[in-house]
Amino acid sequence: MRIALFITCLSDTLFPDTGRATVDVLRRLGHEVVFPEAQTCCGQMHANSGYQVEAVPLARRFVRIFGDPSFDAIVTPSGSCAAMVHEQYPRLAALGDDARLADAIAELAPRVFELSQFLVDRLGVEDVGAVFPHRVTYHPTCHSLRLLKVADAPLRLLRAVRDIDLVELPAATTCCGFGGTFAIKNAETSTAMLTDKVSAVLHTGAEVCTGLDNSCLLHIGGGLSRQRSGVRAVHLAEILASGA
Amino acid sequence: MSGTSSFSEAAHVALSNSQQRRNLRQATTSIRAKRDAAVGEVDQWEALREEGRRIKDRTMRHLDVHLERLEERVTAAGGHVHWARDGDEANAIVTRLVRDAGSDEVIKVKSMTTAEIGLNEALARAGIVAHETDLAELVIQLADDRPSHILVPAIHRNRAEIRTLFRRHLADTEELTDDPAALAEAARRHLRRLFLSVDVGVSGANFAIAQTGTICVVESEGNGRMCTTLPQTLITVMGIEKVLPTVADLDVMLRLLPRSSTGERMNPYTSLWTGVADDPPDGPRAFHLVLLDGGRTETLADEIGRQALHCIRCSACLNICPVYERTGGHAYGSPYPGPIGAILAPQLAGLRDHTSLPWASSLCGACYEVCPVKIDIPQVLVHLRGRVVRQAKQDGWRGRVAGERLAMETMARVFASRRRYEAAQRTARVTARAVTRDGLVRPQLPGPLGAWLSSRDLPAPAAQSFREWWRAQPDQSDPDGHGGAA
Repeated sequence: MRIALFITCLSDTLFPDTGRATVDVLRRLGHEVVFPEAQTCCGQMHANSGYQVEAVPLARRFVRIFGDPSFDAIVTPSGSCAAMVHEQYPRLAALGDDARLADAIAELAPRVFELSQFLVDRLGVEDVGAVFPHRVTYHPTCHSLRLLKVADAPLRLLRAVRDIDLVELPAATTCCGFGGTFAIKNAETSTAMLTDKVSAVLHTGAEVCTGLDNSCLLHIGGGLSRQRSGVRAVHLAEILASGA
Repeated sequence: MSGTSSFSEAAHVALSNSQQRRNLRQATTSIRAKRDAAVGEVDQWEALREEGRRIKDRTMRHLDVHLERLEERVTAAGGHVHWARDGDEANAIVTRLVRDAGSDEVIKVKSMTTAEIGLNEALARAGIVAHETDLAELVIQLADDRPSHILVPAIHRNRAEIRTLFRRHLADTEELTDDPAALAEAARRHLRRLFLSVDVGVSGANFAIAQTGTICVVESEGNGRMCTTLPQTLITVMGIEKVLPTVADLDVMLRLLPRSSTGERMNPYTSLWTGVADDPPDGPRAFHLVLLDGGRTETLADEIGRQALHCIRCSACLNICPVYERTGGHAYGSPYPGPIGAILAPQLAGLRDHTSLPWASSLCGACYEVCPVKIDIPQVLVHLRGRVVRQAKQDGWRGRVAGERLAMETMARVFASRRRYEAAQRTARVTARAVTRDGLVRPQLPGPLGAWLSSRDLPAPAAQSFREWWRAQPDQSDPDGHGGAA
């Protein structure tokens, strides 16, 4: 399969290891991975902050770059950015009164996958040959859980990792408090939510908190680091890419 | 309120209220568990939600027809219907009706709509005393406080506080303990006297059925039923969105509402009345229905925002919301708090009055998941954010949005070009290097202060030191005899 990596601006800039890990996992499974270098940002920050008008050109740009018919799938290590394409792009096309964009999105969106969903639901793979001898807890990020409905795909992948000690996170489905610009505009409420999420993570005794979105992991990891908790936030892709 | 600061400013205060934080955590956790269990019992819960959504959607499409039919049926049953464009008109109508009934007191059923329009305050200005009879509303009224939850208005208070309030305000409460049964008994004695003496009752409405002209109020205590049956005159104030076409529609709503709100299969008291009962005479001799627009017609014109009118006031979205659980209801600055308040209040009262509310959410989507009529609250929040920004643009970008707009427009330009995006990445890297230590971006404060702030916040020195306060006391005594002015 010829797969286009949709890296997301955040992982591109702050978490390149996640991108490398995604490429490793997909190649290990025998697929061709390409990286369309013209990609920038899907426009989620603009769309969710009230700047939908400014996000419309970014949606057009995304469709132009990833609409290449030679791509069998577009895969991203982000539930939230995948959900942006599925949920918000059609609304942006409606807002921009752009029927051609709407058609292009309808054609493209079924090929846009979050990584764990792609592996489990599209490829039918659960064991990607990873070895990760650490205690890990999984935080289901809100957009992957409620917009993409990834269900237990990430947990199936994690359970198949050798030597992993996977422990359940209490109150797992409660938001960590990131919420994009919410973390800045309502920093104190965001921090109150983070405090409870960090407590839950520490309660598990895990070394690593994982998830499908580096945005939420930036927030959770930032809290864990600030408290010198000794617990790291690591994207799922990096666990799946780790070998013996 | 301007910009997007007001919710966060109110939240700043609320987040430090440790008593409220604990009360809310306990209460919402327990209600959530009850709701989960009650909903889990229903095989076709998702289908029922979809049915609820469809009924509301269908009703809103022909709201005018249903309302005229409701008016016709209520009138035919001996009731009187009054139309109010806004809260002021509704308050004036109710005030006149109470005066016409020759009363200067009313007893009230718990009602969100009358809170929305500030009826109690309007009546007070006209010399009419409104007595809240819902236990929690009574607590709020005695404390001169504001409700902080749609269903559990005193959720932020605990029983020790309630005992203190009752001891201060209610008769024969010197020996009162904070045992819930004792507190309820004290309220019961106080309310019983009012039920038997006040001649005008005021209620809201959970639903009104156009087919029959029937009003429906659901409650847990039975105090509401006292208000709707004992007085000679009953006045119901109802938002126009509460109408349902048929009795069959009510059936669906009464299955959705109790499980979603209190986690009960059925609420303890469901009162239904149609006009006045003449043969044999029973209940109030006069019934008035005040139909309130109050921004609802305008809300209906917004294709995405209009979903907010589907709300049946169950509070499931408040109880599940991680923001509400931590800030409580007062931070929202509206009688409608929580996720539903964040989309309802700005639309009913006007976007300019509540510009910060659409941002009072992390868009986690938990509210949408539990809403019994499937209001896509995150979608409406995002939509309203867009309306606030576009309105700011029309207003010439004054105030605090100006800086944000510049950042957003700049980033939109950066993201529109690979060259600019890559240049921005390089610039960010170089800039960050100046404030980066051990791979982490840190503010570079030198010395001991920086060491403290690296992991701890530091409160500013008090506006008045203890010794300054002490000196300012009129009766302070100084054993050394130096006096205060030394």
